[in-house]
Amino acid sequence: MGTAHRGGQAAGDSGSGVILAAMDFQNELASHRTYLLRFARLQLRNDAWAEDAVSETLLAALSKPQSFGSKSQLKTWLVGILKHKVLDLFRSHAREVCVDSEGEETGAEELENLVFKADGHFAQTPADWGNPEQDLHSRQFFLVLEACTDKLPAVLGRVFLMREWLELSSEEICKDLGLTPTNLYVQLHRARLRLRECLELNWFGTSKEAT
Amino acid sequence: MIPLRRTCKQVAAILIAREDRAITLPDSVALRLHLMACKACPRFERQLLTMRNAMRQWRHYADDVETDA
Repeated sequence: MGTAHRGGQAAGDSGSGVILAAMDFQNELASHRTYLLRFARLQLRNDAWAEDAVSETLLAALSKPQSFGSKSQLKTWLVGILKHKVLDLFRSHAREVCVDSEGEETGAEELENLVFKADGHFAQTPADWGNPEQDLHSRQFFLVLEACTDKLPAVLGRVFLMREWLELSSEEICKDLGLTPTNLYVQLHRARLRLRECLELNWFGTSKEAT
Repeated sequence: MIPLRRTCKQVAAILIAREDRAITLPDSVALRLHLMACKACPRFERQLLTMRNAMRQWRHYADDVETDA
């Protein structure tokens, strides 16, 4: 029981082992920071909020260093906490967040017209991507995926990541963003179509170069 | 008689919708028929599957997603 008591009060000379362990833990946390921040930024589209979410997440972990047995447990826990923090921020900033969907309407039309001909056929046959997600070495694919997600218009990106990364139900997203189900599905449709288009251009483009 | 003809654009919309919600029975039948006859749409379907799998790995924080800034 007693050994579980770290953090809190400064230990004397006899506690140097404890201090070392605490420093190790801090270093380990710091190593996750970049990753967490990237995801928070992607989701929140606001550097200050992202910093807040990540700092709070790391602070929460610092307050209970004894509860993580393994590195992977720590990761999972950090991501779980970050999701909650991101969601809290969404909810507290809900009003500022739901604005510029007007400008995206026209872009959506253009995209549909780019992908499909007037008669409803594909303007260009979708490419064979292979199975990049099954290839453990295909870090490149995930980088492209992340970049493409980042390029989604803010509202689409938010809706898409709430669905895919925060794993919220449609009902929850509608409630949080004040959308009707129809509206939500329109947004998700656009987000997925855009994402596919971006991957088609950038993933298929690079994979052809590479081989 | 239920109309079962769909354009690729409509089929793509059904495939995308399927990622987020249940689709209607007529849509589902029309989808299957169209996919048998079309070359482009099965590719589109595969791409969406790749995206779905990739997102799953991503959200589970797979090690291969980690990169040095």
